[in-house]
Amino acid sequence: MTASAIQATESSGSLPRDRSGALGRLKVWDAGFRFMTFGAASLVLFLLLGVAISLFIGALPAFRHFGLDFFISDSWSPPKERFGAAAAIYGTLATSIIAMLIGVPVGLGIAVFLTELCPPALRRPIGIAIELLAGIPSIIYGIWGVYYFKPFIMQPYVQPFIIGTLGAIPGIGALFAGPPLGYGILTAGLVLAVMILPFVTAISRDVFETVPSVLKEAAYGVGATTFEVVGNIVLPYTRVGVVGGVMLALGRALGETMAVTFVIGNATRISTSILSQGTTISAMIANQFADADPGLFTSSLLALGFILFIITFVVLALARWMLARLEVKAER
Amino acid sequence: MYLRSFLSAAVVAASVSCAWAGDISGAGATFPFPIYAKWADAYKKATGNGLNYQSIGSGAGIKQIKAKTVTFGATDAPLKAKDLEESGLEQWPMVMGGIVPVVNLDGVKSGDLTIDGPTLAKIFMGKITKWNDPAIKALNAKATLPDLAIAVIHRADGSGTTFNFTNYLSKVSPDWNSAIGEATSVEWPVGIGAKGNDGVANNVAGTKGAIGYVEYAYAKQNHLTYADMLNKAGKAVAPTMEAFQAAAANADWAKSPGFYVILTDQSGDQSWPLTAATFILMYKKPADVTASNEALKFFEYCYDKGGDMAKSLDYIPMPDNVVALVKKVWTTDIQQK
Repeated sequence: MTASAIQATESSGSLPRDRSGALGRLKVWDAGFRFMTFGAASLVLFLLLGVAISLFIGALPAFRHFGLDFFISDSWSPPKERFGAAAAIYGTLATSIIAMLIGVPVGLGIAVFLTELCPPALRRPIGIAIELLAGIPSIIYGIWGVYYFKPFIMQPYVQPFIIGTLGAIPGIGALFAGPPLGYGILTAGLVLAVMILPFVTAISRDVFETVPSVLKEAAYGVGATTFEVVGNIVLPYTRVGVVGGVMLALGRALGETMAVTFVIGNATRISTSILSQGTTISAMIANQFADADPGLFTSSLLALGFILFIITFVVLALARWMLARLEVKAER
Repeated sequence: MYLRSFLSAAVVAASVSCAWAGDISGAGATFPFPIYAKWADAYKKATGNGLNYQSIGSGAGIKQIKAKTVTFGATDAPLKAKDLEESGLEQWPMVMGGIVPVVNLDGVKSGDLTIDGPTLAKIFMGKITKWNDPAIKALNAKATLPDLAIAVIHRADGSGTTFNFTNYLSKVSPDWNSAIGEATSVEWPVGIGAKGNDGVANNVAGTKGAIGYVEYAYAKQNHLTYADMLNKAGKAVAPTMEAFQAAAANADWAKSPGFYVILTDQSGDQSWPLTAATFILMYKKPADVTASNEALKFFEYCYDKGGDMAKSLDYIPMPDNVVALVKKVWTTDIQQK
């Protein structure tokens, strides 16, 4: 465009008129471009708002009918028209917390190893393996969970071991009690941990690589160990990116449906033990929506969806707030 | 470029105008899907007309027919006469199946174990937790029952199988009726929820001490150990074609408006207590009479020629007297012109 405009000014005599015409065209083009990008950006806002509003409208009959009880009650009985979200909320949070407790440290460990310690020959294969893990559809993790992880690892080894050791401790033992049926909150949490691992690792590795080597070399130069370099240089330098990766992982864990449905045992009750069966919000919706009668049943399922929406929103808001506080601290 | 798009437009136009307005469309229950698919295949070969059946679940099928997006809806849980009248729908039973309790116990083969309804209800309520419980022992004097915890496996997704199973438990156990009730999905006090008949079958096969309920065909195909049942007459029966048919023959179809008959817990010495029918829903005054007539032709074909196909997939065809009643209702109630 510019090149042709210049050519035009060179070849013809009436210089000012042509230039203003070309500039005008550029201006219109630019305004159009600005408008289009603005439209694309505001579309996201409208979609978000639209989803929230339509979920809320669908959920309103359930909220009206049950009031606060909907959040407190763990009874979910379609024939009796008693619906409470507590069991699903508990299961969603419990599986996500277990997944984060295991997935985040391991994921960060892999990322540190890959960027700081790994022999160059291994770096690529491990990196590619991580990216492949991230690309596996969740249904595959579900099938792996139900046909391999549950019968050959959880049921014969992990659960009996936990029941025998942690379950025998007075007090907290109740958290780890129960028959080793294989399915349950813990199994779902562990499958989720494997699923979020690549997210944490891939993003952390990418941001770790942005740390200027002068900083690291300076630290090594004054005699810091690798552990100290990671803790004092790499992590503080990259915290925004790392927290972002962790939040993305948490988002996946909270909303994951198929893999969880396969291994959690789908029981709408809250048990003290993390080995017992439970359910999550998304698993409930996936299982029951197709067959739900219109009316309170459907409305209650939509209400569950709205609650998941709010939980995700609160988690993201908390993450932003944490980041903001970190920034302030760092500036002091 | 232009030529190609013109050609494709012409092809689309031709296919719309020549063929009858597409396939017969229906949606609903997953339980009869295999036999509907088989019937549809045979019907397409015989007449050239296809069936587009979406097995999205009974509840969703009812929603679809009420929204008039399909020509027929299919449901395992029949609509009550009042609901049919309000919505202007006609309902009839299409085919039947059996539900069987399946177990996984070392040394126990199919037929070794007998359970009655109240005991089954107590197991699924978590009131009986061990296999050597006196209530189970009392029914099985000969069998050796281990001191093993019972692992209850039930459906996690809403399903007509669950509807019929919980309907039976509600009929035989007042406790079950008041605490849990009957529906396509209920609040299970104990157990593991698995997806679909195959999910329940897999879990029972993989868990020692498990008990679950699946359609007869799944129990047979997966070689699961099934239990015999005590029926309403107090007789022990094994799940066989004859026992399922006996339950249907004992039902009073003629006096039930909208064919609202649930085949669980029927009287008769031979009746299998967990027999289930699956139903079709269509409008009495269809918006598209041609489509409606095409669907009726298909169902007539299924009744007349589909019996052996149904049996080959372990479904039970409707008895002749019921088919005659249904055909009469078609001519009197459904507008065909």
